[in-house]
Amino acid sequence: MNIIETQGLTRDFGKFTAVDGVDLTLAEGEIFGLLGPNGAGKTTMLRMLTTLLPPSRGEAHVAGYDVVRQANQVRRVIGYVPQLLSADGTLSGYENLLIFAKLYDLPRAQREQRIHHLLSIMGLEDAAAKLVKTYSGGMIRRLEIAQSVLHAPRVLFLDEPTVGLDPIARASVWEHIQRLREEFSTTILLTTHYMDEADELCQRIAILHHGQVAAIGAPAELKAGLNRNGVSLDDVFSHYAGGAIEASGSYINVSRTRDDVRRIR
Amino acid sequence: MTYAEFAETQDKSALRPLARAIYFWRKTFNIFEMELRKIRHDPFNLLTRAIQPLLWMLIFGQVLAGARGIPTGGFSYIEFMAPGILAQSVLFVSIFYGLALIWERDLGIIHKFLASPAPRTALVLGKGLGAGIRGCSQATIVLLTMWLMGVNVDWNILKLLAVFATVLLGSVVFATLSLIIAIWMKERERFMGVGQVLTMPLFFASNAIYPISMMPDWLQRISMFNPLTYMVDALRALILVGAESSYGLGFDLGLLAVVGVILIAIAAKIYPSFIT
Repeated sequence: MNIIETQGLTRDFGKFTAVDGVDLTLAEGEIFGLLGPNGAGKTTMLRMLTTLLPPSRGEAHVAGYDVVRQANQVRRVIGYVPQLLSADGTLSGYENLLIFAKLYDLPRAQREQRIHHLLSIMGLEDAAAKLVKTYSGGMIRRLEIAQSVLHAPRVLFLDEPTVGLDPIARASVWEHIQRLREEFSTTILLTTHYMDEADELCQRIAILHHGQVAAIGAPAELKAGLNRNGVSLDDVFSHYAGGAIEASGSYINVSRTRDDVRRIR
Repeated sequence: MTYAEFAETQDKSALRPLARAIYFWRKTFNIFEMELRKIRHDPFNLLTRAIQPLLWMLIFGQVLAGARGIPTGGFSYIEFMAPGILAQSVLFVSIFYGLALIWERDLGIIHKFLASPAPRTALVLGKGLGAGIRGCSQATIVLLTMWLMGVNVDWNILKLLAVFATVLLGSVVFATLSLIIAIWMKERERFMGVGQVLTMPLFFASNAIYPISMMPDWLQRISMFNPLTYMVDALRALILVGAESSYGLGFDLGLLAVVGVILIAIAAKIYPSFIT
C-alpha cells in the first residue's frame, strides 16, 4: 500500500499558487526528501499532508485517510516536527515528552517506559530533567523528534530538521533519524535544502520548483540522469531548480532562521 | 498492538457522546497540566503579578476611602472595591494570555498541537484554565490583603469555593477573548494595541471601583454588556458578609458560563487560521 498518495494537490494563497498540482506516492518505510529553494512549496506541501492547511484543489491520502474528510484519523497516525523550534523551553525535556504522551493517549503502563526509551535513543537521558531553554540546538531537535514519535506514528514529517544546526549537531540528528527508521520502520518525509542531507538520508527525493515536481527519483538516478561525470546532487538541484539557490534566502527568511536559533536560548 | 492501532480503537469509541465528553475533558486537563507545570517552574511570576492589585487596594483604595460621595451600599470603600480589584486583576492577567499564544505560534509549538488529535476546543479551554490558576493565586493574595486591612471577609468554605470558581470562570472568559484577539491580530504589536485599547474600557465600564448607579446613562447601558460587571457582582456577593448580588448569583455565573462557551467555540473554530 502507498502510505502517502496525492493527486493534483494544489494550494493557492490569493493569486499565488504555492503548490501546483503535485502527484506524489510514497511507499511504506521509505525516507523521502522534498527539496527545493525557499518558497518552492515544501512547507505548504507538508502543512497540507499534516492537516494544518486544507488544499485548494486535489486530494491527499495519508495511511489511507483523506487529509480533509478524515483529518482526525490522519492526526492520530502521523508525527510532525515543524520547521520552527517547537519544544517548549519553559518545560523540562521529560515534561515535553510527558504532555505529548498524554495528549496521544499512550496507555499509562507504557508511558514511562516509552519516554525513557526514546530519551535514551536520542541521547537525552542526562538532560531529561533540565528546562529545554538550556538545551543546545541539536538537543532540542532530537527532543522534538522524540516527541513526534512517542505514539509510534506510521508517517513522520520533518520540516527542515537540521536548519540552523552546526555540523556536529546535524550529523547527530541524521544518525538519530536513521536509528528511528531501523527501529520502528517509520516512513519519513522530510524537507531540506541541504543536498548532502538528501544524499545521506533519502532513498528517493523530489525537487520542487515553483510548486511543481521538477524531478523525482533516487539521488543516484537523478545524478546519472544528467549524463555528466562527477555530478553532485547540488548540480542536479541547480539543473532542475534553475540556479534558484542564488535567488533565495531573502531577508525575511534569513531573519526567521536566525531568530529561531536565538529565541529558544 | 501498536500505539497507533490503540489510538484508532480510541477513535471509534469517541463516536459515543459520553466517551467523547470524557475524551474532551481528558485532553483539556492534559493542556491544563502543561500550563500548571510551566507555572511551577516559575512561581516567582505569580508574586510579581500580585503587586498591581495590591497597589490598587493599598493606595487607590486608601485615598478614595476618604471620599464620602460614593454610594457603596453600607460598605466601606475598601470593602466595596476589593472584589472589583480582584476581578480587574483576573482580567489583566487573562487578557494578555494571547500574547503567550503568539509567542508559542512564532516558535512553532502551536503547529504541533494543531497537528495532534486533541480537539481544538480542549486546546482552548485548557489554556483558559491555566489562566485561571494565575487568577486563583491573585484571589488568594487579594483575600489575605483584605483580611489584613480589616475587611469583614466571609470565610464560609462554600462561598470561598464559589469565589475561586467565579475567578476560574472569569479567567476562562477573558483568556479566551484574548486568544481570539491573538488569532485575529496574528502579530504581537497589533495584539498589544488592541489589548490595551480593550482592557481599560472593560475595567471602567464595569462596577469594579464605582457602582453602576453613579455612571452616566450611556455608560450604564454599555456596562450591562460587559462580562466583568457580572463577575464583580458575583464576587462582591460572595466575599463580603451581608452583601447581596444585584442580578442574582445564578444569573451572574450562568452568564459568564454561556459567554465562555460561545467564546471557546469561536476560538476553536478560527484556531487553524492562526498558523497560515
